[in-house]
Amino acid sequence: MCATCGCSADSTVIRLTADGPEQRAADGHEHLAADGSRTVVLQRRVLEKNDAIAVRNATWLADRGVVMLNLMSSPGAGKTTLLERTGRDLAGGQVIAVIEGDQETALDARRVSAVGCRVVQINTGAGCHLDAAMVARGLTALDPPAGSLVLVENVGNLVCPALFDLGESARVVLASVTEGQDKPLKYPHMFRRADLVLVTKVDLLPYLDIDLARFAADVASVSPAARIVELSTVTGAGLTDWYDWIADRAAAAGRA
Amino acid sequence: MHELAITQGVVETITERLPGARVRAVRLEIGALSGVVTDSVRFCFDLVTEGTNLAGASLDIDEPPGRCRCRGCGLEFSSADALPLCPCGSADAEVLSGQELRIISVRVA
Repeated sequence: MCATCGCSADSTVIRLTADGPEQRAADGHEHLAADGSRTVVLQRRVLEKNDAIAVRNATWLADRGVVMLNLMSSPGAGKTTLLERTGRDLAGGQVIAVIEGDQETALDARRVSAVGCRVVQINTGAGCHLDAAMVARGLTALDPPAGSLVLVENVGNLVCPALFDLGESARVVLASVTEGQDKPLKYPHMFRRADLVLVTKVDLLPYLDIDLARFAADVASVSPAARIVELSTVTGAGLTDWYDWIADRAAAAGRA
Repeated sequence: MHELAITQGVVETITERLPGARVRAVRLEIGALSGVVTDSVRFCFDLVTEGTNLAGASLDIDEPPGRCRCRGCGLEFSSADALPLCPCGSADAEVLSGQELRIISVRVA
């Protein structure tokens, strides 16, 4: 029986030619209507194409023992500054490559390149997020060596990037203290699938009225497994925790 | 505005799956907790379908509600809110369903 419409597999059902391994039982069969039109049951996930490329990216990375982190936040939360600091601090250790996503300009790529990271800039134009196909092209261009780290700086946006898997090893969401404590509840899709939440710019806390305990409780309610690290690229606070977390990810990728 | 990319994906999938077919109607399923705004998809649909086999097609969207389980009291409840709130007051809820984002069927002439 068709799971979509409940019809039975009798003579009213016409099977179309199978078009690949993703074909589902209900996919492609038709219902004829009295007016001569026919309804073709598709039952396909809208993001199927993106997700298939994301799986390919993940396999490609796993085969090389490369860890890829997808950094997401609103504009101005400090993604690029954290990448610069990370590139400087880890220089001479782990090889870091960066995929920069912005609507326009190569400004961020220049900043990150200046600290010695290999970097590709992807300009999405009108697009508000990176997708798996863009990242696949970026990975081909970067050709990261085995055991290296790829940091993806997604387009600054707390909404759209949440939906598009890139094949990343983990999702890192940044929230700066100047954005206030209510971001996890206002943007639950973004925080729901975060593996790590970085609270940035904590050197500004003396000047702000923000309840970080409330913030942590709200993160826990939308993403119970997410770890939270508070950091500042100005004072260096919390950076060791961030680097240790990366090292744990790299060790896990090396073992796999 | 990821709905533009989402809608483009829908049109691409359909034109690839049914090349040359004159599409009269499209039925989508967009769950209440999918993170996709159905009004925006409707807005984008006419723009994206222009000049394709889907031009002029009608768009029906099924919007299944979210089903959640409270991590506090264990109650299962429905919610159309992106931030589901259990009747007990807790926002600590596991999403069971409502994140669907699928092309269900198309009607062709």
